Amino acid sequence: MIGKETTAGRAAKFTFLGLWLVFSLFPLYWITVTSLKDPGDIFSFPISYWPENFSLENYQGLFGKADFGTYLVNSLVVSAVAGAVATAISTLSAYVLARFEFRSKSALLMAFLVTQMIPSFIALGPLYLLMTDLQLVDNRLGLMLVYIAVCIPFCTVMLRGFFENVPDALEEAAMIDGLSRLGALIKVLLPVMRPGIVAAFIFNFVNCWNELFLSVTLMNSDENKTVPTALNGFISSFNIDWGSMSAAAVLTILPTMVLFAFASRHIVQGLTAGAVKG
Amino acid sequence: MSGTSTPTSGVTAAPSVRKEGAPPRGGTGGGRRRREFTTRRGLVVAAFMAPAAVFVALFTYYPMIAGSQMAFRNWNLTDLTDTSWVGFKNFREVFTDPAWGTVLGNTALWVVGSIVPQLVIGFALALWLRRRFRLRGLYQALIFFPWAISGFLIGILFRWMFNSEFGVVNDLLQKAGLIDEPVAWLADPDTAMIAVLVANVWYGVTFFAIMILAALQSIPDELYEAAALDGAGKARTLFRITIPYIRVTLVLTVLLRVIWIFNFPDLIFGMTGGGPNDETHIVTTWMIKITQQGDYGKASALGLLVVAVLLVFAMFFLTATRERGGGRRGAGRGGKRGVRA
Repeated sequence: MIGKETTAGRAAKFTFLGLWLVFSLFPLYWITVTSLKDPGDIFSFPISYWPENFSLENYQGLFGKADFGTYLVNSLVVSAVAGAVATAISTLSAYVLARFEFRSKSALLMAFLVTQMIPSFIALGPLYLLMTDLQLVDNRLGLMLVYIAVCIPFCTVMLRGFFENVPDALEEAAMIDGLSRLGALIKVLLPVMRPGIVAAFIFNFVNCWNELFLSVTLMNSDENKTVPTALNGFISSFNIDWGSMSAAAVLTILPTMVLFAFASRHIVQGLTAGAVKG
Repeated sequence: MSGTSTPTSGVTAAPSVRKEGAPPRGGTGGGRRRREFTTRRGLVVAAFMAPAAVFVALFTYYPMIAGSQMAFRNWNLTDLTDTSWVGFKNFREVFTDPAWGTVLGNTALWVVGSIVPQLVIGFALALWLRRRFRLRGLYQALIFFPWAISGFLIGILFRWMFNSEFGVVNDLLQKAGLIDEPVAWLADPDTAMIAVLVANVWYGVTFFAIMILAALQSIPDELYEAAALDGAGKARTLFRITIPYIRVTLVLTVLLRVIWIFNFPDLIFGMTGGGPNDETHIVTTWMIKITQQGDYGKASALGLLVVAVLLVFAMFFLTATRERGGGRRGAGRGGKRGVRA
C-alpha cells in the first residue's frame, strides 16, 4: 500500500475532492437551470438556483425562430462521417508507425506534431481559396475533408499507443496462415483493439462537433451551418439572448457528454499511451 | 518530408525500411533476398501512410505554407490589386502596433496563470485519486466532463456566470460576504483576465490529473515500502521518490499544455472576444481580429512569430530537461535515475 492514511488526511482528501467535484459540475448545472427557466425569470432578482417556473420555451424558440434542428443534423452528419473516415485512415498510419522502423518515421511524427503547433488562422485564407477552386466552399463534403485532415495527426498518435499494447505475434500468426497484412489488420487486430478504435472515433467526433473557426470560414449559408457557427451567430449580435443561448449550449454539450461518459476510460488510456510514448 | 533520399529499395517514393528489432541500417547493402524483403515492407509503409499523408499535405500543409508566405506580402482583403512582396514590413507593423505590448503581457499571463494552477491542482487530484476508493471510477468520469466541451462554449458558459448583473458568481460571492457590490468582471481588463483564467483552470485541470495519475500508477509499491522502512516522511517521499519518478511525464505534459494553451484562442474568443477595448487579447485572439479586418499579411506574420516562439520553446524545454539526466523517454527510466541520485 501507499503509506498509511490518517483520519485527518482522509477528511482533507475527501473535502478537497468534493469541492473540486462541485466546482467541476456547477457550470454545467447552471447553464441547464438557466435553459429551463421561464425566459422572463432569467433576468430577475433575486437569482434563483432552481427553475421556479419550469419552462421549455427556450428550447421551443430554438426550433421555431432559429433553425437549430438543421444545424444539429449538419453537425451530426459532418462529425460522424469525418470522424469515421479519419479513424479509418489513422488506423492504417498508426499501424505502420507502431510496427515498422523506417527512416522518415521521426520526420513524419514531427510533421504531425507541427500541425498541432501552428495557429490554424494562418491557414484559413489559403484554405478558403483552395476550397473555392475545388468548388467545396459552403459544402458539407468540403468541411468533412478538412476535418478529416485536422483529426488525422492526433488520432494517429493515439492509435499508435494502442497498437503498441498489442503483441505483433498476433498478426504474424495470421499472416503465416495466409492472410495479407491488410487482412490480418482488419480481421485479427481490429477486433482486439475495438475499445481503442471506438475511443479514437469518439475523440474525433467530439473534436469535429466542437470545431468553430474552420466552420465559420467555410460555411456561410444558413442551411449548411453547424452548431458552433450558429452559437457564434448568437453572440455576434450586441445583446446575447441568454435564454436561447443556454438552451443551445445544453443541446450542444449533451451528446458529447454522453459519448465521453461511455468512452472516458478508453480515451484516458489513449491519451496517456500516446503521450508517454511521445 | 525528408529522410527518403537514399534509393536503396528501387521504389523511389517509398521510405526505406528495416525490420523491427534489426540494428539501424547504414551501409547494410544486403543480399537480393533482403532487398526484396525491404521493398515489400517499403510498399506496405508507403501504401498505409499515403491516405494520411495526402490529407494532411493537401488540407493542412499546403494552406499553412501558402499562408506563411503571405507574411512577406502586402495581402489585404480590402485591396487585392497589390499583393507585392514587402519583406518584413508586416512584422514591423506587428511590433509597432500600440496593442502589441498588452497582447504580449496577456499571453504570458494567460500561459503561466493557466499552467501553474492546472499543474498544482491536477497533481493534488492525482495524488488523492491514486488510492482506490468507492465510486472512484464515477468520480473520474464526472470530473472528465469539462473536457467534452469546446473552448468556445466554455467561454460562453463562464461569460454568463460572470455576467455583472445576473451572473451567479457575483451572487455567490455576495452571499459569502466576499464582495459588497456586484463586480463588472468582464468590463474591466484586470478582472476579465482573472475570469478567463478561472475558466481555463476549470477546463484544464482534468488533463493534468489524468496524465499524472497514469504516471503515478506506474510507480512500484516497493519504492514506497522501502521509503517507509527508511522512515522517510510524506514530503520527503513526495520530493525524493514520486516527483523524480514521474518527472518525464510532468515535463512532457507541461510542454504539450504550454503549446496548446498558447494556441488556444477559443475560450477568450467566446468569453470576452478580446474586449473590453481589446485589453484581453492574447496573440491568437488578436490574430483572429486582424484576420477579420482582412489584413492577412499582418495576421500571417503574427502566426509565424507564434510558431517560432513555440519551436524555440520546445527545443529549449526538451534540451534543458534532457541535460538533467532524463535522456530517455518513459517514466520508468527517468525515475530510477532520480531515485538513485
